[in-house]
Order: sequence, then structure tokens, then C-alpha cells
Amino acid sequence: MSATANYTVVRFSTPSRIAAVAAIVILIVLACAPLWAGRADMRLLSELFLYMALASLWNLLAGYAGLVSVGQQAFVGFGGYCLFGLTIFFGLSPLAAVPIAGLAGALVSVPVAVLIFRLRGAYFAIGTWVIAEVFRLTAAQVSSLGGGSGTSLPVAIVKSIADSRAMREATTYWMALGIVLLVLVLVCVLLRSRRGIALTAIRDNELASQSLGIDIWRAKFFVYVITGGLTAAVGALIFLQKLRISPDAAFSVNDWTAFVIFIVVIGGIGTIEGPIIGTIIFFLLRETLADLGALYLMILGLVAIVIMLRAPKGIWGFVRQKTGFDLFALSRRVIATHPDRRGNNTDNKENAHEPQAT
Amino acid sequence: MDWVNAVIQGILLGGLYALFAAGLSLIFGVMRLVNIAHGDLIVLAAFLGLTVTTTLGINPLLSIAIVAPFMGLLGYGLQRLVLNRTLGDDILPPLLVTFGLSVIIQNGLLELYSADPQKMSAGAIETASVGLPGGLNIGVLPMLMFATAVVVIGVLQWIFYRSAWGRAFRATSDNQDIAQLMGLNKSHVFGLAMALALVVVAIAGIFLGVRTSFDPSAGPGRLIFGFEAVIIGGLGNLWGTLVGGIILGVCQNIGAQINPGWQLLAGHIAFLVILAIRPRGLFPRIDG
Repeated sequence: MSATANYTVVRFSTPSRIAAVAAIVILIVLACAPLWAGRADMRLLSELFLYMALASLWNLLAGYAGLVSVGQQAFVGFGGYCLFGLTIFFGLSPLAAVPIAGLAGALVSVPVAVLIFRLRGAYFAIGTWVIAEVFRLTAAQVSSLGGGSGTSLPVAIVKSIADSRAMREATTYWMALGIVLLVLVLVCVLLRSRRGIALTAIRDNELASQSLGIDIWRAKFFVYVITGGLTAAVGALIFLQKLRISPDAAFSVNDWTAFVIFIVVIGGIGTIEGPIIGTIIFFLLRETLADLGALYLMILGLVAIVIMLRAPKGIWGFVRQKTGFDLFALSRRVIATHPDRRGNNTDNKENAHEPQAT
Repeated sequence: MDWVNAVIQGILLGGLYALFAAGLSLIFGVMRLVNIAHGDLIVLAAFLGLTVTTTLGINPLLSIAIVAPFMGLLGYGLQRLVLNRTLGDDILPPLLVTFGLSVIIQNGLLELYSADPQKMSAGAIETASVGLPGGLNIGVLPMLMFATAVVVIGVLQWIFYRSAWGRAFRATSDNQDIAQLMGLNKSHVFGLAMALALVVVAIAGIFLGVRTSFDPSAGPGRLIFGFEAVIIGGLGNLWGTLVGGIILGVCQNIGAQINPGWQLLAGHIAFLVILAIRPRGLFPRIDG
């Protein structure tokens, strides 16, 4: 024990302290957006928040739990359809329908997980896709929600959100901001907890973590259910913004999975910062290149392939490798506690033991 | 009689699904790679067949002679230049790279051929049929496709278990490092396996294009059918993929007989039921 007496383990570093303060400032500015932003800007920002939430959730699933799903559109669409079903058939307020859609998503992900966890690796990925197809084809059979051609949210329900149009738009904007905040905080809390350490261990070496007594199936199951529920809640919000739903839009593999995967790969998989940076880059690219149409998607695919082959940890992985920065205080660093060096931890980055993902 | 007819048509359709699946099964067996772009490559082959057919004015079934070698070369190049770099212990790179390829192929086809559905016409053979007792008629073309599927799988089986190539495939599949020590170049072996898989993809693509209309977004659906046939039949078993394809085809046709909207759903549900009761498929040869 005497060897440890001169060391202490810290989580916060100077960059992560600065980032925490900056995050609060940015959050306050964004929360006031209805005061300073136009309607188009607010729509764009809402969309950005919702994509950021989806990307963070997919990153938790694939980057930490090793569950590479290409079928998360199952939960996006399920959440969207829950919103429409709950408000149209049961007269629920949309604001109440969103959390219930999330709960329903978590519930439905339990049998799905039990079934497709029998498949491994890449076959798991395609299995999730089959599930999403089953959801899509089932939704197309629900004739009271428009069957294959879909339906719109009735005006009366839309008006029940708030009386004035400005207030409605502000409410859906705040909900989008709220859910990305909820997702990011939850991911942080989860990864700092015991389960999170287990997940990080699984990410780095599944066999070694199993031999240390981690129940891999349960850890993965837990993450799958959490992300299923939250993805459904995000899906409900996405279609609350769109006000119209159809099976093809709700369960679109391109919109809700391909883009999300590209965002995470470009930003940096297996990091919390990656999906955030990836989403911002994705929206910058989209706003400048969207006129190219199909060519834009080809460029996106090519960029993702090149990044996967050349820099598999993405942009943030590259930055962290060069600087040792962590914007979120997740990793533990061992710091020598000599009185004169206390707090001066910038030259101790080589001791940070968390960022060594395989 | 409708039901008997549905089952017979389903069995014949299963041959086409087995062709979708055989390539997937082969490359998984040799290098444990699951190619998400597999369905898009099938659609690419169909579009190539369309171009060859319209420029040369030949029967689409003959265009296989041009499209198959081209797809084989493409497969070899793709494997050596891109996919070999992704292979390793981590499953993420091959998945994401083939996913990226899938998006590139889909949108490339969209740019070149537009989103309009296309179809190739094989002439009189399309409507020819053989009468059976009981008023059943079986199309000549579906029978030809089924027979081709049986022959293709028989040939693949022969290559895999009886030829020098097959020996190299099996050796590399069992242990890459020792295969290298024995003088096999694994990059080359993988390239050959992918070339062979894409020759099968070319045949599948042309048949797809003759049988139904296709458009640039049709790929993922074909991937899923092929994948389901592979899993139902059991990983690594080529004849198993034929059985898997037949089960899938029959279930889809029975579903369609009950309600046209249930065709695809019935196939997926059959797959999920088999996954629930026999997670390793009906006749597994290797572990996933």
C-alpha cells in the first residue's frame, strides 16, 4: 500500500474543466435560441440535436458494447408510430406520448434482444436489419395509421402542444435540446458507473473482461434495452417535428442508420466527443454539398471508408492521440502527489489509462 | 390447387434466393467476412446486364458470359485493394467499409441509371411453361433458374472440397498463418474467393433482372433474403443455403397466398422462428 500513498487518481483535467464550463455557456445560449434564432435555424438546430442523440446512442451500442446494429431505424420508427398511435387513438398529449414511446421502445427491445443476441458479429448486424424490416412491414399493415402510405398528425393534436405557433416551435425545439442533453448526461453517467467500466473493458478486450468475471451478455443486454428505449423517444420527437409519418420514412435505413454510422465513424467511434463532432461536421457537409444529391451520399460513403481504413478512431481519436485531451471527465489518470507538483497534471497524460482502445 | 401451386412456385423462387446466398456463404466460410454490399453488387450485376443487353442486342441470359467475368475481376480487385485491409479481429472495419460501399454503389447506380425500375426481357422463354397433371403450369424460366442454382451450388461444392483452389480456401479458413507458411498467399486466396463469389452474384443479378423489375435501391432487400437463407440453412453449408432459400421462398409464397401484404413478412417471420428454435440453422457446419 505504501506505493500508492504518493499517487492519487483524478478524473478532471484542465481541458475537461474548460469544456465543462464552455458546455454550460453553450447550453444557456442554445436554450435561449427561441429569442435569437429564426424559424429555419431552430428547425435545423432541432434536427442536429436529434441526430446527435441518435449518434451518441449508436456509439454507446457499437463503440462501447460492441453491438454493431444496422437496424436502429426499428426503434426510431417504432417511437414515431407510438407517438401517432398514442395521440390519435388514446388522446394523449404529444408531450406525454414521447416518454411513453421511450418506455414502449425499451419494453419491445427485450424480446428483440433475446432473439437476435443469438447471432454474432456481422450476422447480428444484419439480424437487426431483419427486425427493422419486420417492424416496417407490420407498420404498413396498420390501416388505421394509413397503412403503407402513412398519415399526418391531426391539427387538433398539434394545437394541443401550445396555443401559438411560436410557442409550439419553441416547445419542440426545447424537447429536442432536452433529449440530446439527457442522452449525453446518461451516457456520461453510465460510462462513469461500474457498468460503464465493465463496458469499456468489454470494448477493449471481450475475452479478458469475461475472465475477470463480467457477465457480457447482461452488460450488452442492458445497453441494448437502454438505447432501444431512448432511440424510440428520439424517434417520437423526430416525427413530432415532421408531423407526418409513413413506414418508408419511419424505418428508413439511410436516414436513421447509414447517416448515423457515418457521423460516428467520422467523428470517432468509442468516444463521447466523436458523435458530437461528427454531427456538426455532417451538418456542415450537408448544408454545403446537399445540392449534389446522390453524389453527396457517395462522397459521404467514401469519406467513411477512407477514415475507417486510414484513421479508424476518427477525428476525435486523432486529436486525442496528438493532445491527450478529454473533454468529458471519464478516464482516470494517475497523478503523483508531490506537494510541488500537485494539480500540475498536464505532463502526466502518458499515465492516462483509459484511452487505449484496441 | 392454388396452394400446391404456391408451394411449387416458392420452391423454384428458393433457387434464386440460394443464388443470392451462395456468394455470402462462400466468403463467410473462407474469410469470415459478411459483405453488407452483397445485395447492391447483385443489383449492380443486373444493371450491367441491362447495359450489355441493350448495347449488344443479345438475350440477357447470354450477357452472363460478359457480366460474370467482369464481376469476378471486380471482386478480385475489391478484395485486394480494399477489403483485405479491413480483415482482422475487429468486426467493425469490414462491416462499416462494406456498408459504405453499399451506399456508394446504390447512389452511383442512381446517378447513372436514375431511380426508374428496369427489367430485362428474355423473350419467348419468359412465358413458356410446362403443363402438369391437375391443371398446374410451371414456367420454363423459373425451372431453368432453379436448375442453374442447383448446378452452381454443386460446382461450388466441388470447387470447395475437390479442387486445388478449394484446398487453399479451406486451409486459409482453418488457419491463416499456417496456410501462409505452407506457401499460400492469403491476400490472393481471399481475392479468388471474392472473385468466385461475385461470379455467382453476376448470375444471380441477371436472373433477378429477368425475373422481376429492379431499381438502384433493391440491393438491401436481396442481401436480407440471402442472409436469411444462409442462417436458415446453417452457416458454412452450401447445400443448406439451397434448403434455406427454398424454405424462405415457400413461406413467402404461402404468406402472399393468405394476404398479398404478408409476402415478405411471412419470410422474415419464418426466419425469426427458426432463429428462435434452432439458432445455428438447420444444418450448421461452422460456428459464427
